[in-house]
Amino acid sequence: MALQAIAFYLMAAVTLGSGLAVVSARNPVHSVLFLIAAFFSAAGLFVLLGAEFLAMLLVVVYVGAVAVLFLFVVMMLDVDFAELRGGFQRYLPVGLTVGALLLIELLLVLGGWKLAPEAAVLKLSSTPGNVSNTAAIGRLLYTDYIFLFQAAGLILLVAMIGAIVLTLRDRKTSRHQVIRVQNERAVADTLLMVDAGLGAGIKTLGIYRPLVETPPQGRDPVAATELGERRS
Amino acid sequence: MEVGITHYLVVSAILLVLGVFGIFLNRKNVIVILMSIELILLAVNLNFVAFSAALNDLAGQIMAMFVLTVAAAEAAIGLAIVVVYFRNRGSIQVEDVTLMKG
Repeated sequence: MALQAIAFYLMAAVTLGSGLAVVSARNPVHSVLFLIAAFFSAAGLFVLLGAEFLAMLLVVVYVGAVAVLFLFVVMMLDVDFAELRGGFQRYLPVGLTVGALLLIELLLVLGGWKLAPEAAVLKLSSTPGNVSNTAAIGRLLYTDYIFLFQAAGLILLVAMIGAIVLTLRDRKTSRHQVIRVQNERAVADTLLMVDAGLGAGIKTLGIYRPLVETPPQGRDPVAATELGERRS
Repeated sequence: MEVGITHYLVVSAILLVLGVFGIFLNRKNVIVILMSIELILLAVNLNFVAFSAALNDLAGQIMAMFVLTVAAAEAAIGLAIVVVYFRNRGSIQVEDVTLMKG
């Protein structure tokens, strides 16, 4: 139990310290790295709470995808970040005031808070004792919450399409397919049927084959023969 | 001292306040504002999971998963908008976004 308390305090301290560093770091790249640290230690807190699957999801989704996305955007945009920090001192007092007010309110709520006596019987879906966290979530997610699950998939699809539509740039130099022109092509425009007389060579009709490249002479004879074989 | 649900709720409350504080502090930098929003959503998730563990109710963890989904979608769209805005205006200052006179 003491070990659990030590782990909790350690990870809570890392989470909160990294959170503070995210909002106060001078360099946005450092902010992103602190965000990754915050999510890692929050995943540790989730493990302590017994939500292993969600902890792994947090690491995979946030550290693997969202934080890397942030990192890409921060490094891709050529922004003068020093200029963006301009009003730091100006906004500090109002930020501190609002933050302190919010924190005091939240702590007041937490101080006078207790579970309702009938909370134990009002469960939506109680945790089964005999299976792991992942299996329990899977059983619940694909049965009771299947429509929410599908809606989540739809949200991700819309987000993907939206991100692509927003950032796809139509370059002037890119070559596009013009379907109308393709559909209007007739056979007679492109294909010429030639009636070759019996015994008449192709050359006499005015049609030439492209020149066949001769294999380089005077090199390795084995390679030359291999080249010739492949040609035939 | 035994670690109970209140400890987690206090951590979550402080994290939420840090996120709000970050929005106020970095009024000019959209990217840090987006990161602050991620912090706020992380605090919400922590709350969900803490109550889920305390009440032995798995529904909280399912909800936390959906919050995670929406947060990821929001980050992707937000960053796409930032990239497009930077491409058009050459800056990501929030105060420059006055095109629609909002």
